[in-house]
Amino acid sequence: MEILLAIVVGLLYAAGVYLLLRRSIVKLILGIMFFSHATNLLIFVVGGLHKGQPQYTANGIAAVANPTDPLPQALILTAIVIGFGITAFFLALMYRFYQTTGTEDLDDMTEGENL
Amino acid sequence: MSGLLNYLILLLAAAFFSPHLIKKGGKAAPWLLGLVSAGGFGYLLSYAKFIAAGNTLNYTIEWLPELYLNFTLYLDGLSLFFGLLVTGMGALVLVFSGKYMEPYPLKHRFFFLMLLFEFAMLALVLSGNLFTMFIFWELTSVSSFLLIGFNHEKPEARNAALQALLITFAGGLAMMAGFIMLGQMAGTLEINQLLQSGYLIRSHPHYLPALLLILAGAFTKSAQFPFHFWLPGAMQAPSPVSAFLHSATMVKAGIYLIARLSPVMGGTPEWRYILTITGAITMLLGAYFAFSQTDFKKVLAYTTISALGTMVLMLGIDTDISVKAAIIFLLVHALYKGALFMVAGLIDKSVGSRDLRKLGGLYRVMPKTAIAAIISLLSMAGLPPMIGFIGKELIYEAKFAMPDIGNILLVAGVVTNVFMVAISLALIFNLFLVPLKYPGKKPKPPALALRIGPLLLAALSLIFGLFPAQVAQLLLKPAIIAIHPSIDTLKLALWHGFNEVLLVSFITVVAGIAFFLLYRNINAALTRFNSNVLHFKFVSAFNRGLDLFIKLTKKKTSFIQSGYQRYYLMAIFLMTAGLAWYQLIYTWQSWGTFVRPGMLEVILVMILVSATLFAVTVKSRLAAILSLGVAGYSIALIFIIYGAIDLAITMLLVETLVLVLFMVVVYHLPKFSNLSSEASRFRDAIIALLVGGFMTGLVIKSLQLDLSPKISEFYTENALALAFGKNVVNVILVDFRALDTLGEITVLAIAAIGVVALLKLKTRKGSAT
Repeated sequence: MEILLAIVVGLLYAAGVYLLLRRSIVKLILGIMFFSHATNLLIFVVGGLHKGQPQYTANGIAAVANPTDPLPQALILTAIVIGFGITAFFLALMYRFYQTTGTEDLDDMTEGENL
Repeated sequence: MSGLLNYLILLLAAAFFSPHLIKKGGKAAPWLLGLVSAGGFGYLLSYAKFIAAGNTLNYTIEWLPELYLNFTLYLDGLSLFFGLLVTGMGALVLVFSGKYMEPYPLKHRFFFLMLLFEFAMLALVLSGNLFTMFIFWELTSVSSFLLIGFNHEKPEARNAALQALLITFAGGLAMMAGFIMLGQMAGTLEINQLLQSGYLIRSHPHYLPALLLILAGAFTKSAQFPFHFWLPGAMQAPSPVSAFLHSATMVKAGIYLIARLSPVMGGTPEWRYILTITGAITMLLGAYFAFSQTDFKKVLAYTTISALGTMVLMLGIDTDISVKAAIIFLLVHALYKGALFMVAGLIDKSVGSRDLRKLGGLYRVMPKTAIAAIISLLSMAGLPPMIGFIGKELIYEAKFAMPDIGNILLVAGVVTNVFMVAISLALIFNLFLVPLKYPGKKPKPPALALRIGPLLLAALSLIFGLFPAQVAQLLLKPAIIAIHPSIDTLKLALWHGFNEVLLVSFITVVAGIAFFLLYRNINAALTRFNSNVLHFKFVSAFNRGLDLFIKLTKKKTSFIQSGYQRYYLMAIFLMTAGLAWYQLIYTWQSWGTFVRPGMLEVILVMILVSATLFAVTVKSRLAAILSLGVAGYSIALIFIIYGAIDLAITMLLVETLVLVLFMVVVYHLPKFSNLSSEASRFRDAIIALLVGGFMTGLVIKSLQLDLSPKISEFYTENALALAFGKNVVNVILVDFRALDTLGEITVLAIAAIGVVALLKLKTRKGSAT
C-alpha cells in the first residue's frame, strides 16, 4: 500500500507542477492546491501507515497496540488549515487581478518589465 | 606599542576633522595638518634606535583567532622604514597641497581623502596580520580611486579612476584568496609567526597558486607589466596626489608586500623567475615609454613604472646585495620622484602648462626650485654625488653577482639607465637652462609652501649621497635585515674604487649623454616607431574587455531574468529534479516490502488518480474545481482508513469550504482558455513527471528510514499525565506545540485581512468592480 500511495503522491505533485506551469491564473491556483494535497499526503505516508488505529492514550501508554505516529498528524493538521488560508487569499487575489487587468494570462504581466 | 595604535586613531580623527579645519582655519590649516603627519614621523623615528638594536614590536587585538583574523600591529625595520616614508612624505605633501589646492572649491574634501589615505597606508605598513593588511590595502585603493577622480567633472579623470579601481581591486581580490591559502598552509596570518614558517609554506603543494595570487595583488598595485597602464592614467589626479600616492607611497605597497613575504615565500625558482622577468620587462618598458612623452607628469609616471620594475627585479634576484639595492633604491626613488612631482605641479601652477614643448629656461624665474629639481634629476640619472648614484651602483653590482641570467639583466639595466640619464638631462636642459619660454603670462616665483617640499627632498638626496653611513645604519640596515636576516653589514659610500661596476656606470653615462645630444632625432624616430609598430594600446584593450564583459552580463541577465513566471518555476523544478534524481539513483537501495492493499484502498486510490487526471485535462473550470474536491475527499477517506480521524474531519471541512468559496467567485472568473501550444504542454508534462517521479522515490526511500526513538513517544507518554488529554494529536496541537497553533491562527487572521482588503479596495482608475 505504501508504494501505491507513494505513486499517488508523485502523481499529485506532477499535477501541481503541470498546472503551475500554465499561463492561466485559474490553473495556477489549482496547481497550488494540488501541491498542498500532495504535501499533506506525503507527510502522512512518510510518518508510517497503521490501519484503523486512532491515537488515544490512557495512563501514559497507548490505548491500542502499534498506534499511528501522532506528530505527523499534528503537523498535517496545521498544514491543512494554513493551506486553506493561502487558498482563500489567492482566490481573492486572483479575483482582484482579473477585475483590474481584464486578463487571465500571466504572460501579460511581464509587459514593460523585460530588461 | 599601543602608542602606534593611538597615533593611527589620531590620524583618522584628523582626517575626519580636516574638512572643518580647512574651511575655517584659513592658511594655517594645511600647516597644522602637516604637523600632525610630521608628529607621526618624529614618533616613529623615536623607535629607530630600539628597532636598529634588533627588537620588534607586536600588538594584537584578537577578533576571530579561530580563523586567524586579528587586528595586529607589527613594527620591525621594514615597517618602520615604510612608516617613516609615509608620514614624512605626507607632511611635505600636505603643506604643498595647502597652496596648490587653494583655488579648488572642494579642497576640504581633498584634505579629508589625503589624510584618509595616509591613515590607510600607514596602517597597511604597520599591519602585523595579513587580514588587517588586506583591509587597509583596499582602503588605499578606494582613496586612490576618489583622488584620481577628484576633478570629477572631467570624463578622462572619471575613466582613469574607474580603471585604476578595477585593476587594483581585481588584484586585491586575488591577493585575498592567496592570503587565505597562506593561512590554511601555515595555520596563522600573523606576520611574526609566518616569518617562522617559511620552510613549511615553500614546500607545500599549494605554494605556487598562493604565490601567483598574492603576486597578482602586488603587481596590480605596483603597476607591473601588463597591469602598468593604470598608473599613467592616474596622472589625472592633482599633482600632490601623484607625488604622494602614485610615486612615493601607494604604488610601493606592492613592493612592501613582496619584501614582507620574501622571507616566507622567497628564494624558490618560481619566485626568482616570475619576479625578475616581470620586473625586467616593466623596467625596460617604463623607461622606453617615458622617453617619448611630452607631458612632464607622464614622463614621471613612466619613469615611476620603470623604477617599480627595478625594485621588483631586485627583490626577485633575492641575494644579499640585491635586497640592499632594492631598499636603497626605494629610498632614492621616493626622494627624487616626490620632489619632481611637486615641481611638476608647481610649474603647472605658476606657468600654466606641463607640456615640455612649451616650457623652457625656468631657472630665471624660479632659481631655488630649479636647483632642487636639477639635484633630483641628477639623482634620477644616477650621477654622483647624489644618493641615486649609490643606488644605481648597487643595482649594477647585484646584476653582476646574479648567476644565470645576470648578463641579460645587466644589459636591460644599462639600457634602462641610458634612457634615464637621457631623460634627466633633457629635462634639466629643456626645462631650466635654455632661453626662457612659457605660454601665456609671465610666471611668478612660487610660494614657500610649494617650494619647501622639493627643496627638502632634494637636500636629502644630496646629504644622503654625501653622508650615507648614518641613515644606512639607523634605518636601511634594519629594513634590509627584516628581509634577509643573514645580512650583518651595510657599508655605503660614493666611492667604491675602480671596478667593473664603475666602468658600466661610466658607459651608461656616456651613452646617456649621446642619447641626449641626439634627443630630438631619436625622439621623433621613436614616436614614428611607436605609432607605426606598437599599435597595441593597453588602455583601449582594457576598455574593450570591459565593454565585452558588460555586454555578456547583459545577455546573460536577460536570458535568466526573462520576466516570465513559468520560466523561473521551470528552472527551479528542473534544477531540483536533476539534483534529486542524481541522489536517488546514486543511493537507491530497494523498493521496500510490498504489502498487498485491500479492496477499499485500491478503489479510493483509483478515484483519487482519475479525479486528478480529470482536473488537469478538463476544459470546464467547474468540472476542474469539482474533481479537485473529489481528490480532496478521497485523501480525507484515506486518512480515516489509517486512523487519522482529526485529519479527516479537518480535511472534509476545509475541502467543503474551499469548494463553496470557489463556487462564489467562479462566475467572476474567466473561462479556461488554451493559451499554450501542444509542444509546450508536452514539455511541461515531462517536467511534471520528472518532479512527481522523484517525489515518489523520496517517499519510498524515506519509508526505509528507522526513526526510533520517535519524538512522539514522549507525547504519547505524557499526554494524559501532563496535559490531561487522551487524544494525543489534539494535545500536541493545543498544548505541547501550542505556539505553532498560535502561528497558524495568525496566518489565518492575516489571510482574512488580506482577503477583505483585496475585495473592498477600490481600483484607482475605476475599472469595473
